[in-house]
Amino acid sequence: MILRLLAGSARGRLLLAIGLFLALALPWMIYPPIAMDIACWALFAVSVDLLLGFTGLLSFGHAAFWGSSAYVSGLLAVHVGLPFPVAVLGGALFAAVIAVPIGYLAVRLSGIYFAMVTLAFAQMIYFIANQWRDVTGGENGLQGIPREMFGVDLSDSFVFYYVGLPIVLLGLLLAWRIVRSPFGRVLVSIRDNPSRARALGYPVDRYRLLSFVLSAFLAGLAGGLFAISHGFASLQEVYWTTSGNAVMMVVLGGIGTLWGGVIGAALVVQLNDYLSTSEFDGIGIVTGSIFIVIVLVFRKGIWGTARDLLAPRLKRKRPGGAKSPGDDPAPAPAPDVNAPA
Amino acid sequence: MTTAPILTARGLAKEFRGFRAVDGVDLDVAEGKVHALVGPNGAGKTTLFNLLTGFLKPTTGRITVGGRDLTGKNPEQVARHGVARSFQITSLFPQMSARGHLELALASPTPLGWRFWRSDRLLARYRDRALELLDQVGLADHAEMPAGNLAYGRKRALELALALALDPKVLLLDEPTAGMGLEDVDRTVRLIQQVREGRTVVLVEHNMKVVSSLADQVTVLQHGQVLVEGPYAEIRHDPRVISAYLGDADVAH
Ligand SMILES: Nc1ncnc2c1ncn2[C@@H]1O[C@H](COP(=O)(O)OP(=O)(O)O)[C@@H](O)[C@H]1O
Ligand SMILES: [Mg+2]
Repeated sequence: MILRLLAGSARGRLLLAIGLFLALALPWMIYPPIAMDIACWALFAVSVDLLLGFTGLLSFGHAAFWGSSAYVSGLLAVHVGLPFPVAVLGGALFAAVIAVPIGYLAVRLSGIYFAMVTLAFAQMIYFIANQWRDVTGGENGLQGIPREMFGVDLSDSFVFYYVGLPIVLLGLLLAWRIVRSPFGRVLVSIRDNPSRARALGYPVDRYRLLSFVLSAFLAGLAGGLFAISHGFASLQEVYWTTSGNAVMMVVLGGIGTLWGGVIGAALVVQLNDYLSTSEFDGIGIVTGSIFIVIVLVFRKGIWGTARDLLAPRLKRKRPGGAKSPGDDPAPAPAPDVNAPA
Repeated sequence: MTTAPILTARGLAKEFRGFRAVDGVDLDVAEGKVHALVGPNGAGKTTLFNLLTGFLKPTTGRITVGGRDLTGKNPEQVARHGVARSFQITSLFPQMSARGHLELALASPTPLGWRFWRSDRLLARYRDRALELLDQVGLADHAEMPAGNLAYGRKRALELALALALDPKVLLLDEPTAGMGLEDVDRTVRLIQQVREGRTVVLVEHNMKVVSSLADQVTVLQHGQVLVEGPYAEIRHDPRVISAYLGDADVAH
Protein backbone atom coordinates (compact mmCIF):
# COMPACT_ATOMS: atom_id res chain seq x y z
CA MET A 1 0.00 0.00 0.00
CA ILE A 2 2.70 2.44 1.02
CA LEU A 3 4.77 1.32 -1.92
CA ARG A 4 1.85 2.05 -4.22
CA LEU A 5 1.43 5.41 -2.59
CA LEU A 6 5.05 6.34 -2.96
CA ALA A 7 5.73 5.30 -6.47
CA GLY A 8 3.18 5.75 -9.18
CA SER A 9 5.61 5.07 -11.99
CA ALA A 10 7.99 2.22 -12.67
CA ARG A 11 10.92 4.55 -12.47
CA GLY A 12 9.68 5.93 -9.17
CA ARG A 13 9.40 2.40 -7.83
CA LEU A 14 12.92 1.66 -8.96
CA LEU A 15 14.28 4.78 -7.28
CA LEU A 16 12.39 3.92 -4.11
CA ALA A 17 13.78 0.37 -4.13
CA ILE A 18 17.31 1.66 -4.61
CA GLY A 19 16.84 4.22 -1.85
CA LEU A 20 15.51 1.65 0.60
CA PHE A 21 18.26 -0.78 -0.29
CA LEU A 22 20.92 1.87 0.31
CA ALA A 23 19.31 2.86 3.59
CA LEU A 24 19.33 -0.75 4.77
CA ALA A 25 22.83 -1.48 3.49
CA LEU A 26 24.41 1.72 4.78
CA PRO A 27 25.79 0.40 8.12
CA TRP A 28 27.47 -2.45 6.23
CA MET A 29 29.27 0.02 4.02
CA ILE A 30 30.26 2.69 6.52
CA TYR A 31 30.81 3.03 10.25
CA PRO A 32 27.29 2.54 11.75
CA PRO A 33 27.23 5.67 13.93
CA ILE A 34 28.03 7.72 10.83
CA ALA A 35 25.23 5.93 8.99
CA MET A 36 22.85 7.00 11.75
CA ASP A 37 24.16 10.57 11.54
CA ILE A 38 23.48 10.61 7.81
CA ALA A 39 19.93 9.37 8.36
CA CYS A 40 19.22 12.04 11.01
CA TRP A 41 20.74 14.86 8.96
CA ALA A 42 18.87 13.65 5.88
CA LEU A 43 15.54 14.07 7.65
CA PHE A 44 16.69 17.43 9.04
CA ALA A 45 17.64 18.65 5.57
CA VAL A 46 14.33 17.45 4.14
CA SER A 47 12.49 19.39 6.85
CA VAL A 48 14.37 22.53 5.81
CA ASP A 49 13.56 21.88 2.15
CA LEU A 50 9.87 21.60 2.98
CA LEU A 51 10.08 25.25 3.97
CA LEU A 52 12.70 26.51 1.55
CA GLY A 53 11.79 24.55 -1.55
CA PHE A 54 8.05 24.15 -1.15
CA THR A 55 6.97 27.18 0.84
CA GLY A 56 9.59 29.68 -0.28
CA LEU A 57 10.86 30.46 3.22
CA LEU A 58 14.54 30.27 4.15
CA SER A 59 14.80 29.39 7.82
CA PHE A 60 18.16 30.09 9.30
CA GLY A 61 17.11 28.94 12.74
CA HIS A 62 16.14 25.32 12.39
CA ALA A 63 18.78 24.36 14.92
CA ALA A 64 16.23 25.66 17.44
CA PHE A 65 13.96 22.73 16.61
CA TRP A 66 16.58 20.08 16.02
CA GLY A 67 18.42 21.15 19.18
CA SER A 68 15.52 21.70 21.55
CA SER A 69 14.15 18.31 20.58
CA ALA A 70 17.60 16.84 21.21
CA TYR A 71 17.49 18.19 24.77
CA VAL A 72 13.85 17.33 25.41
CA SER A 73 14.18 13.81 23.99
CA GLY A 74 17.30 13.32 26.10
CA LEU A 75 15.61 14.62 29.25
CA LEU A 76 12.59 12.40 28.67
CA ALA A 77 14.85 9.38 28.24
CA VAL A 78 17.05 10.24 31.23
CA HIS A 79 14.48 11.38 33.80
CA VAL A 80 11.27 9.69 32.70
CA GLY A 81 12.86 6.58 31.29
CA LEU A 82 10.65 6.59 28.23
CA PRO A 83 11.43 4.14 25.43
CA PHE A 84 13.51 6.10 22.96
CA PRO A 85 10.95 6.38 20.13
CA VAL A 86 8.48 7.92 22.56
CA ALA A 87 11.14 10.26 23.88
CA VAL A 88 11.96 11.34 20.32
CA LEU A 89 8.29 11.88 19.57
CA GLY A 90 8.03 13.99 22.74
CA GLY A 91 11.01 16.06 21.61
CA ALA A 92 9.53 16.56 18.15
CA LEU A 93 6.20 17.66 19.61
CA PHE A 94 8.05 20.12 21.84
CA ALA A 95 9.80 21.51 18.75
CA ALA A 96 6.45 21.84 16.98
CA VAL A 97 4.96 23.68 19.96
CA ILE A 98 7.74 26.26 20.20
CA ALA A 99 7.51 26.67 16.42
CA VAL A 100 4.01 28.10 16.81
CA PRO A 101 4.94 31.45 18.40
CA ILE A 102 8.22 31.70 16.45
CA GLY A 103 6.45 30.96 13.19
CA TYR A 104 3.57 33.27 14.06
CA LEU A 105 5.96 36.19 14.28
CA ALA A 106 8.22 35.14 11.41
CA VAL A 107 5.86 34.14 8.57
CA ARG A 108 4.65 37.70 8.11
CA LEU A 109 8.11 38.51 6.86
CA SER A 110 9.80 37.12 3.83
CA GLY A 111 13.22 36.77 2.29
CA ILE A 112 16.14 37.89 4.39
CA TYR A 113 13.89 39.20 7.17
CA PHE A 114 12.37 35.79 7.71
CA ALA A 115 15.86 34.28 7.85
CA MET A 116 17.01 36.90 10.37
CA VAL A 117 14.03 36.47 12.67
CA THR A 118 14.34 32.68 12.72
CA LEU A 119 18.07 33.06 13.39
CA ALA A 120 17.35 35.46 16.25
CA PHE A 121 14.93 33.03 17.88
CA ALA A 122 17.41 30.19 17.49
CA GLN A 123 20.05 32.30 19.21
CA MET A 124 17.59 32.85 22.04
CA ILE A 125 17.13 29.10 22.40
CA TYR A 126 20.91 28.74 22.39
CA PHE A 127 21.16 31.31 25.15
CA ILE A 128 18.58 29.49 27.26
CA ALA A 129 20.30 26.12 26.74
CA ASN A 130 23.61 27.65 27.72
CA GLN A 131 22.29 29.39 30.85
CA TRP A 132 19.99 26.74 32.18
CA ARG A 133 22.81 24.43 33.28
CA ASP A 134 20.84 22.54 35.90
CA VAL A 135 18.71 21.07 33.18
CA THR A 136 20.82 21.13 30.04
CA GLY A 137 24.27 20.68 31.52
CA GLY A 138 25.39 23.96 29.93
CA GLU A 139 28.70 23.63 28.14
CA ASN A 140 29.09 20.01 29.18
CA GLY A 141 25.89 19.08 27.45
CA LEU A 142 23.26 16.66 28.61
CA GLN A 143 25.18 13.49 29.32
CA GLY A 144 24.29 9.86 29.75
CA ILE A 145 21.18 9.60 27.60
CA PRO A 146 20.30 5.91 27.66
CA ARG A 147 19.89 4.03 24.43
CA GLU A 148 17.34 1.46 25.34
CA MET A 149 13.77 0.47 24.74
CA PHE A 150 11.66 -1.58 27.17
CA GLY A 151 14.80 -2.63 29.00
CA VAL A 152 16.45 -3.86 25.81
CA ASP A 153 19.96 -2.52 25.56
CA LEU A 154 20.61 -0.88 22.20
CA SER A 155 24.13 0.34 22.81
CA ASP A 156 25.36 -1.57 19.76
CA SER A 157 25.38 1.09 17.03
CA PHE A 158 24.75 -1.42 14.29
CA VAL A 159 21.58 -2.65 15.99
CA PHE A 160 20.52 0.86 16.94
CA TYR A 161 20.67 1.97 13.33
CA TYR A 162 17.99 -0.50 12.35
CA VAL A 163 15.81 0.39 15.31
CA GLY A 164 16.20 4.12 14.67
CA LEU A 165 15.88 4.05 10.89
CA PRO A 166 12.09 3.57 10.86
CA ILE A 167 11.70 6.91 12.62
CA VAL A 168 13.62 8.60 9.84
CA LEU A 169 11.72 6.72 7.15
CA LEU A 170 8.39 7.65 8.70
CA GLY A 171 9.54 11.27 8.86
CA LEU A 172 10.52 11.18 5.19
CA LEU A 173 7.19 9.56 4.33
CA LEU A 174 5.36 12.34 6.13
CA ALA A 175 7.40 14.98 4.28
CA TRP A 176 6.62 13.32 0.96
CA ARG A 177 2.93 13.11 1.86
CA ILE A 178 2.83 16.81 2.76
CA VAL A 179 4.44 17.82 -0.52
CA ARG A 180 2.03 15.65 -2.53
CA SER A 181 -1.11 16.71 -0.70
CA PRO A 182 -3.72 19.39 -1.37
CA PHE A 183 -1.89 21.37 1.31
CA GLY A 184 1.37 20.92 -0.58
CA ARG A 185 -0.31 22.21 -3.72
CA VAL A 186 -1.38 25.35 -1.89
CA LEU A 187 2.14 25.76 -0.45
CA VAL A 188 3.73 25.65 -3.89
CA SER A 189 1.24 28.20 -5.18
CA ILE A 190 2.08 30.44 -2.23
CA ARG A 191 5.78 29.98 -2.96
CA ASP A 192 5.31 30.96 -6.60
CA ASN A 193 2.84 33.80 -6.23
CA PRO A 194 1.59 34.72 -2.76
CA SER A 195 -0.61 37.59 -3.99
CA ARG A 196 -2.48 35.35 -6.34
CA ALA A 197 -2.97 32.73 -3.63
CA ARG A 198 -4.40 35.48 -1.42
CA ALA A 199 -6.74 36.66 -4.14
CA LEU A 200 -8.03 33.10 -4.39
CA GLY A 201 -8.94 33.29 -0.72
CA TYR A 202 -6.07 31.30 0.79
CA PRO A 203 -4.86 32.73 4.09
CA VAL A 204 -1.20 32.70 3.12
CA ASP A 205 0.28 33.41 6.55
CA ARG A 206 -1.65 30.61 8.20
CA TYR A 207 -0.57 28.15 5.53
CA ARG A 208 3.02 29.26 6.00
CA LEU A 209 2.65 28.83 9.74
CA LEU A 210 1.40 25.25 9.46
CA SER A 211 4.21 24.46 7.06
CA PHE A 212 6.67 25.96 9.54
CA VAL A 213 5.28 23.90 12.42
CA LEU A 214 5.29 20.67 10.39
CA SER A 215 8.84 21.38 9.32
CA ALA A 216 9.85 21.98 12.94
CA PHE A 217 8.24 18.69 13.92
CA LEU A 218 10.29 16.82 11.32
CA ALA A 219 13.47 18.64 12.36
CA GLY A 220 12.62 17.66 15.93
CA LEU A 221 12.25 14.00 15.03
CA ALA A 222 15.68 14.13 13.45
CA GLY A 223 17.34 16.03 16.31
CA GLY A 224 15.83 13.83 19.01
CA LEU A 225 17.01 10.68 17.31
CA PHE A 226 20.44 12.25 16.83
CA ALA A 227 20.76 12.94 20.57
CA ILE A 228 19.67 9.41 21.51
CA SER A 229 22.07 7.98 18.96
CA HIS A 230 24.99 9.94 20.42
CA GLY A 231 23.95 9.46 24.03
CA PHE A 232 24.21 13.17 24.70
CA ALA A 233 22.87 16.53 23.60
CA SER A 234 25.35 19.36 23.31
CA LEU A 235 25.15 23.09 22.72
CA GLN A 236 26.33 22.40 19.18
CA GLU A 237 22.81 21.12 18.49
CA VAL A 238 21.29 24.58 19.02
CA TYR A 239 24.20 26.51 17.55
CA TRP A 240 23.62 28.55 14.38
CA THR A 241 26.15 26.55 12.35
CA THR A 242 23.82 23.57 12.71
CA SER A 243 21.08 25.55 10.96
CA GLY A 244 23.59 26.58 8.32
CA ASN A 245 24.67 22.99 7.74
CA ALA A 246 21.13 21.89 7.05
CA VAL A 247 20.60 24.73 4.57
CA MET A 248 23.89 23.86 2.89
CA MET A 249 22.81 20.22 2.50
CA VAL A 250 19.57 21.32 0.86
CA VAL A 251 21.34 23.65 -1.54
CA LEU A 252 23.87 20.95 -2.43
CA GLY A 253 21.18 18.36 -3.02
CA GLY A 254 18.82 20.72 -4.79
CA ILE A 255 16.25 23.14 -3.41
CA GLY A 256 12.67 22.00 -3.90
CA THR A 257 13.60 18.41 -4.73
CA LEU A 258 12.90 16.95 -1.27
CA TRP A 259 15.24 13.96 -1.79
CA GLY A 260 18.13 16.23 -2.67
CA GLY A 261 18.49 16.94 1.04
CA VAL A 262 19.20 13.26 1.62
CA ILE A 263 22.05 13.33 -0.90
CA GLY A 264 23.38 16.57 0.54
CA ALA A 265 23.32 15.10 4.04
CA ALA A 266 25.15 11.94 2.97
CA LEU A 267 27.80 14.02 1.24
CA VAL A 268 28.40 16.57 4.00
CA VAL A 269 28.36 14.09 6.90
CA GLN A 270 30.74 11.72 5.13
CA LEU A 271 33.03 14.52 4.11
CA ASN A 272 33.14 15.94 7.62
CA ASP A 273 33.86 12.49 9.00
CA TYR A 274 36.58 11.84 6.46
CA LEU A 275 38.24 15.18 7.03
CA SER A 276 38.05 15.00 10.80
CA THR A 277 39.59 11.50 10.93
CA SER A 278 42.37 12.60 8.61
CA GLU A 279 43.35 15.17 11.27
CA PHE A 280 43.06 17.92 8.74
CA ASP A 281 42.03 21.17 10.36
CA GLY A 282 40.68 23.07 7.39
CA ILE A 283 37.31 21.30 7.23
CA GLY A 284 35.40 24.51 6.77
CA ILE A 285 37.54 25.53 3.81
CA VAL A 286 37.14 22.20 2.04
CA THR A 287 33.39 21.87 2.56
CA GLY A 288 33.00 25.53 1.68
CA SER A 289 34.93 25.10 -1.57
CA ILE A 290 32.97 22.02 -2.56
CA PHE A 291 29.81 23.89 -1.75
CA ILE A 292 30.76 26.78 -4.01
CA VAL A 293 31.79 24.49 -6.86
CA ILE A 294 28.57 22.48 -6.73
CA VAL A 295 26.42 25.57 -6.51
CA LEU A 296 28.19 27.10 -9.49
CA VAL A 297 28.35 23.98 -11.65
CA PHE A 298 25.04 22.37 -10.71
CA ARG A 299 22.69 25.28 -10.34
CA LYS A 300 19.84 23.02 -9.37
CA GLY A 301 21.88 20.96 -6.94
CA ILE A 302 22.94 17.37 -7.36
CA TRP A 303 19.50 15.80 -7.41
CA GLY A 304 17.97 18.54 -9.51
CA THR A 305 20.74 18.31 -12.10
CA ALA A 306 20.71 14.51 -12.22
CA ARG A 307 16.97 14.58 -12.74
CA ASP A 308 17.25 17.08 -15.56
CA LEU A 309 19.73 14.77 -17.26
CA LEU A 310 17.31 11.87 -16.97
CA ALA A 311 14.39 13.99 -18.13
CA PRO A 312 12.05 13.99 -19.92
CA ARG A 313 11.42 10.31 -19.38
CA LEU A 314 11.44 10.76 -15.61
CA LYS A 315 8.75 13.36 -15.73
CA ARG A 316 5.30 12.00 -15.34
CA LYS A 317 2.08 13.85 -15.51
CA ARG A 318 0.50 14.57 -12.21
CA PRO A 319 -3.17 15.38 -11.85
CA GLY A 320 -3.61 19.11 -11.97
CA GLY A 321 0.07 19.88 -12.04
CA ALA A 322 1.78 20.05 -15.38
CA LYS A 323 4.84 19.14 -13.42
CA SER A 324 4.65 17.66 -10.00
CA PRO A 325 5.64 19.96 -7.16
CA GLY A 326 8.79 18.00 -6.49
CA ASP A 327 9.94 18.15 -10.06
CA ASP A 328 11.35 21.60 -10.08
CA PRO A 329 13.52 23.66 -7.84
CA ALA A 330 11.92 26.80 -6.56
CA PRO A 331 12.07 29.55 -9.11
CA ALA A 332 12.68 33.03 -7.92
CA PRO A 333 9.45 33.95 -6.17
CA ALA A 334 7.23 36.03 -8.42
CA PRO A 335 7.10 39.66 -7.39
CA ASP A 336 3.95 40.60 -5.58
CA VAL A 337 2.31 42.24 -8.53
CA ASN A 338 -0.06 45.06 -7.77
CA ALA A 339 0.53 44.49 -4.09
CA PRO A 340 2.05 46.69 -1.44
CA ALA A 341 5.61 46.01 -0.46
CA MET B 1 -31.87 54.23 -8.17
CA THR B 2 -33.85 51.95 -5.94
CA THR B 3 -31.58 49.04 -5.16
CA ALA B 4 -29.09 49.50 -2.36
CA PRO B 5 -25.52 49.52 -3.66
CA ILE B 6 -23.68 46.23 -3.10
CA LEU B 7 -20.26 47.88 -3.06
CA THR B 8 -19.57 51.31 -1.67
CA ALA B 9 -16.53 53.45 -1.02
CA ARG B 10 -16.63 56.62 1.04
CA GLY B 11 -13.84 59.16 1.03
CA LEU B 12 -11.40 56.51 -0.03
CA ALA B 13 -7.80 57.71 -0.27
CA LYS B 14 -4.39 56.15 -0.64
CA GLU B 15 -1.20 58.07 -0.18
CA PHE B 16 2.19 56.84 -1.38
CA ARG B 17 4.90 58.91 0.31
CA GLY B 18 2.87 62.09 0.08
CA PHE B 19 1.46 61.35 -3.37
CA ARG B 20 -2.28 60.71 -3.36
CA ALA B 21 -2.90 58.03 -5.98
CA VAL B 22 -6.53 57.76 -4.88
CA ASP B 23 -7.86 60.96 -3.43
CA GLY B 24 -11.25 60.93 -1.76
CA VAL B 25 -13.25 58.60 -3.97
CA ASP B 26 -16.94 57.99 -3.32
CA LEU B 27 -18.30 55.07 -5.26
CA ASP B 28 -21.65 53.28 -5.30
CA VAL B 29 -21.88 50.13 -7.35
CA ALA B 30 -25.46 49.00 -7.83
CA GLU B 31 -26.21 45.33 -7.44
CA GLY B 32 -26.45 43.34 -10.65
CA LYS B 33 -24.94 46.09 -12.80
CA VAL B 34 -21.76 46.34 -14.81
CA HIS B 35 -19.88 49.39 -13.59
CA ALA B 36 -16.92 50.58 -15.62
CA LEU B 37 -13.98 52.55 -14.25
CA VAL B 38 -12.21 54.52 -16.90
CA GLY B 39 -9.58 57.19 -16.93
CA PRO B 40 -6.12 57.89 -18.28
CA ASN B 41 -3.11 55.86 -17.20
CA GLY B 42 -2.06 56.71 -13.69
CA ALA B 43 -5.55 57.89 -12.74
CA GLY B 44 -5.57 55.47 -9.81
CA LYS B 45 -7.85 52.73 -11.14
CA THR B 46 -5.62 49.81 -10.18
CA THR B 47 -4.87 51.40 -6.83
CA LEU B 48 -8.60 51.72 -6.24
CA PHE B 49 -8.97 48.00 -7.05
CA ASN B 50 -6.18 47.18 -4.64
CA LEU B 51 -7.98 49.15 -1.94
CA LEU B 52 -11.32 47.49 -2.65
CA THR B 53 -9.78 44.00 -2.48
CA GLY B 54 -7.64 44.52 0.60
CA PHE B 55 -4.29 44.43 -1.19
CA LEU B 56 -3.71 47.96 0.04
CA LYS B 57 -4.93 49.52 3.28
CA PRO B 58 -6.60 52.87 2.67
CA THR B 59 -5.02 55.94 4.21
CA THR B 60 -8.55 57.14 4.94
CA GLY B 61 -12.06 56.15 3.96
CA ARG B 62 -14.36 53.18 4.26
CA ILE B 63 -15.44 50.25 2.09
CA THR B 64 -18.60 48.19 2.41
CA VAL B 65 -19.75 45.12 0.54
CA GLY B 66 -23.35 44.04 0.90
CA GLY B 67 -23.70 46.43 3.84
CA ARG B 68 -20.72 44.90 5.64
CA ASP B 69 -17.73 47.04 6.51
CA LEU B 70 -14.68 45.46 4.90
CA THR B 71 -12.27 48.34 5.50
CA GLY B 72 -8.85 47.04 6.48
CA LYS B 73 -9.69 43.39 5.78
CA ASN B 74 -6.93 41.41 4.10
CA PRO B 75 -7.24 40.02 0.54
CA GLU B 76 -8.19 36.49 1.55
CA GLN B 77 -10.98 37.78 3.79
CA VAL B 78 -12.29 40.01 1.03
CA ALA B 79 -12.22 37.06 -1.35
CA ARG B 80 -14.22 35.03 1.15
CA HIS B 81 -16.84 37.76 1.28
CA GLY B 82 -17.57 37.09 -2.36
CA VAL B 83 -15.37 39.68 -4.02
CA ALA B 84 -13.03 38.23 -6.63
CA ARG B 85 -10.59 40.08 -8.80
CA SER B 86 -8.38 39.65 -11.81
CA PHE B 87 -5.03 41.39 -12.10
CA GLN B 88 -4.05 43.92 -14.72
CA ILE B 89 -0.57 42.42 -14.82
CA THR B 90 -1.24 38.73 -15.32
CA SER B 91 -0.63 36.97 -12.05
CA LEU B 92 -0.52 33.19 -12.28
CA PHE B 93 1.50 30.20 -11.04
CA PRO B 94 3.90 29.66 -13.95
CA GLN B 95 4.56 25.96 -13.40
CA MET B 96 0.98 24.95 -12.67
CA SER B 97 -1.32 23.77 -15.43
CA ALA B 98 -4.39 25.79 -16.33
CA ARG B 99 -6.56 23.05 -14.85
CA GLY B 100 -4.45 23.03 -11.68
CA HIS B 101 -5.15 26.75 -11.28
CA LEU B 102 -8.87 26.23 -11.44
CA GLU B 103 -8.89 23.23 -9.14
CA LEU B 104 -7.01 25.30 -6.59
CA ALA B 105 -9.49 28.16 -6.95
CA LEU B 106 -12.48 25.83 -6.70
CA ALA B 107 -11.07 24.19 -3.57
CA SER B 108 -10.43 27.49 -1.81
CA PRO B 109 -13.81 27.83 -0.02
CA THR B 110 -13.43 24.27 1.33
CA PRO B 111 -11.03 23.02 4.02
CA LEU B 112 -9.37 20.67 1.52
CA GLY B 113 -6.30 22.87 1.29
CA TRP B 114 -5.41 22.05 4.89
CA ARG B 115 -5.36 18.29 4.37
CA PHE B 116 -1.62 17.68 4.45
CA TRP B 117 -2.15 13.98 5.18
CA ARG B 118 -4.24 13.30 2.07
CA SER B 119 -3.23 12.78 -1.53
CA ASP B 120 -3.34 15.74 -3.88
CA ARG B 121 -5.32 13.52 -6.23
CA LEU B 122 -8.34 14.60 -4.18
CA LEU B 123 -8.26 17.86 -6.08
CA ALA B 124 -9.39 15.89 -9.11
CA ARG B 125 -12.91 16.13 -7.69
CA TYR B 126 -12.99 19.65 -9.16
CA ARG B 127 -11.78 18.43 -12.51
CA ASP B 128 -15.10 18.56 -14.34
CA ARG B 129 -16.00 22.03 -13.15
CA ALA B 130 -12.46 23.18 -13.94
CA LEU B 131 -12.70 21.90 -17.50
CA GLU B 132 -16.09 23.52 -17.86
CA LEU B 133 -14.69 26.89 -16.84
CA LEU B 134 -11.73 26.46 -19.16
CA ASP B 135 -14.10 25.70 -21.96
CA GLN B 136 -16.09 28.82 -21.13
CA VAL B 137 -13.04 31.04 -21.61
CA GLY B 138 -11.86 29.14 -24.68
CA LEU B 139 -9.01 27.29 -23.01
CA ALA B 140 -10.38 23.76 -23.33
CA ASP B 141 -7.44 22.71 -25.48
CA HIS B 142 -4.87 24.08 -23.09
CA ALA B 143 -6.01 22.55 -19.84
CA GLU B 144 -2.75 20.73 -19.19
CA MET B 145 -0.36 23.43 -20.30
CA PRO B 146 1.71 25.16 -17.62
CA ALA B 147 0.42 28.70 -17.28
CA GLY B 148 3.89 30.07 -17.93
CA ASN B 149 3.80 28.62 -21.44
CA LEU B 150 0.42 30.06 -22.42
CA ALA B 151 0.27 32.85 -24.97
CA TYR B 152 -0.55 36.29 -23.57
CA GLY B 153 -4.22 36.35 -24.56
CA ARG B 154 -4.71 32.91 -23.05
CA LYS B 155 -3.14 34.01 -19.81
CA ARG B 156 -5.69 36.81 -19.69
CA ALA B 157 -8.45 34.28 -20.28
CA LEU B 158 -7.12 32.12 -17.45
CA GLU B 159 -7.11 35.19 -15.18
CA LEU B 160 -10.77 35.62 -15.94
CA ALA B 161 -11.58 31.94 -15.41
CA LEU B 162 -9.83 32.05 -12.03
CA ALA B 163 -11.97 34.94 -10.85
CA LEU B 164 -15.09 33.17 -12.13
CA ALA B 165 -14.13 29.96 -10.35
CA LEU B 166 -14.67 31.70 -7.03
CA ASP B 167 -18.30 32.33 -8.06
CA PRO B 168 -18.18 35.83 -6.59
CA LYS B 169 -21.01 38.22 -5.86
CA VAL B 170 -18.82 41.04 -7.06
CA LEU B 171 -16.34 40.54 -9.86
CA LEU B 172 -13.56 43.09 -10.24
CA LEU B 173 -11.80 42.91 -13.58
CA ASP B 174 -8.72 45.04 -14.17
CA GLU B 175 -8.37 45.56 -17.92
CA PRO B 176 -9.55 42.07 -18.90
CA THR B 177 -9.11 42.72 -22.62
CA ALA B 178 -5.80 44.60 -22.51
CA GLY B 179 -3.47 43.35 -25.21
CA MET B 180 -6.01 40.93 -26.66
CA GLY B 181 -6.68 40.46 -30.35
CA LEU B 182 -10.07 41.51 -31.72
CA GLU B 183 -11.44 38.01 -31.68
CA ASP B 184 -10.48 37.44 -28.05
CA VAL B 185 -11.93 40.81 -27.11
CA ASP B 186 -15.26 39.83 -28.63
CA ARG B 187 -15.26 36.52 -26.85
CA THR B 188 -14.40 38.17 -23.56
CA VAL B 189 -17.22 40.69 -23.98
CA ARG B 190 -19.67 37.87 -24.65
CA LEU B 191 -18.34 35.97 -21.68
CA ILE B 192 -18.73 38.94 -19.34
CA GLN B 193 -22.25 39.43 -20.66
CA GLN B 194 -22.93 35.82 -19.87
CA VAL B 195 -21.41 35.75 -16.37
CA ARG B 196 -22.88 39.07 -15.23
CA GLU B 197 -26.16 37.25 -14.65
CA GLY B 198 -26.65 37.13 -10.91
CA ARG B 199 -23.59 39.14 -10.06
CA THR B 200 -22.11 42.59 -10.09
CA VAL B 201 -19.14 43.46 -12.26
CA VAL B 202 -16.70 46.31 -11.81
CA LEU B 203 -14.54 46.73 -14.84
CA VAL B 204 -11.46 48.79 -15.59
CA GLU B 205 -11.36 49.14 -19.33
CA HIS B 206 -9.67 51.36 -21.91
CA ASN B 207 -11.49 50.01 -24.91
CA MET B 208 -14.55 52.25 -25.23
CA LYS B 209 -16.30 49.79 -27.49
CA VAL B 210 -16.16 47.28 -24.69
CA VAL B 211 -17.34 49.87 -22.18
CA SER B 212 -20.23 50.94 -24.35
CA SER B 213 -21.45 47.42 -24.95
CA LEU B 214 -21.14 46.27 -21.35
CA ALA B 215 -21.36 49.09 -18.86
CA ASP B 216 -24.58 50.31 -17.24
CA GLN B 217 -22.68 52.95 -15.35
CA VAL B 218 -19.32 54.61 -15.93
CA THR B 219 -17.09 56.39 -13.43
CA VAL B 220 -14.31 58.48 -14.88
CA LEU B 221 -11.26 58.89 -12.68
CA GLN B 222 -8.55 61.47 -13.04
CA HIS B 223 -5.70 62.23 -10.66
CA GLY B 224 -7.21 59.87 -8.13
CA GLN B 225 -10.54 61.68 -8.07
CA VAL B 226 -13.93 61.05 -9.60
CA LEU B 227 -14.24 63.36 -12.57
CA VAL B 228 -17.69 62.38 -13.86
CA GLU B 229 -20.12 59.60 -13.31
CA GLY B 230 -23.12 58.44 -15.31
CA PRO B 231 -24.38 56.13 -18.03
CA TYR B 232 -21.99 55.76 -20.97
CA ALA B 233 -24.30 57.65 -23.32
CA GLU B 234 -24.18 60.67 -21.02
CA ILE B 235 -20.51 60.82 -20.14
CA ARG B 236 -19.12 60.14 -23.60
CA HIS B 237 -19.83 63.67 -24.77
CA ASP B 238 -18.87 65.36 -21.53
CA PRO B 239 -16.19 67.91 -22.41
CA ARG B 240 -14.29 67.19 -19.19
CA VAL B 241 -14.00 63.53 -20.13
CA ILE B 242 -12.84 64.37 -23.61
CA SER B 243 -10.16 66.68 -22.34
CA ALA B 244 -9.04 64.15 -19.76
CA TYR B 245 -8.54 61.72 -22.59
CA LEU B 246 -7.13 64.31 -24.96
CA GLY B 247 -5.30 62.48 -27.68
CA ASP B 248 -7.10 59.24 -26.94
CA ALA B 249 -9.00 58.51 -30.12
CA ASP B 250 -11.31 55.99 -28.52
CA VAL B 251 -13.31 58.57 -26.66
CA ALA B 252 -12.91 61.48 -28.99
CA HIS B 253 -15.50 60.11 -31.37
N1 LIG C 1 2.81 50.92 -4.71
C1 LIG C 1 2.92 52.17 -5.20
N2 LIG C 1 3.85 53.02 -4.72
C2 LIG C 1 3.95 54.28 -5.19
N3 LIG C 1 3.19 54.78 -6.17
C3 LIG C 1 2.24 53.98 -6.70
C4 LIG C 1 2.06 52.64 -6.25
N4 LIG C 1 1.05 52.09 -6.97
C5 LIG C 1 0.63 53.03 -7.82
N5 LIG C 1 1.34 54.17 -7.67
C6 LIG C 1 1.14 55.41 -8.41
O1 LIG C 1 -0.21 55.76 -8.29
C7 LIG C 1 -0.69 56.29 -9.51
C8 LIG C 1 -1.91 55.52 -9.94
O2 LIG C 1 -1.51 54.25 -10.42
P1 LIG C 1 -2.55 53.15 -10.88
O3 LIG C 1 -3.55 52.98 -9.80
O4 LIG C 1 -1.79 51.96 -11.27
O5 LIG C 1 -3.19 53.84 -12.14
P2 LIG C 1 -4.10 53.23 -13.28
O6 LIG C 1 -4.40 51.82 -12.94
O7 LIG C 1 -5.30 54.11 -13.31
O8 LIG C 1 -3.30 53.34 -14.55
C9 LIG C 1 0.44 56.23 -10.50
O9 LIG C 1 1.05 57.50 -10.57
C10 LIG C 1 1.39 55.24 -9.89
O10 LIG C 1 2.71 55.53 -10.22
MG1 LIG D 1 -4.07 50.08 -13.90
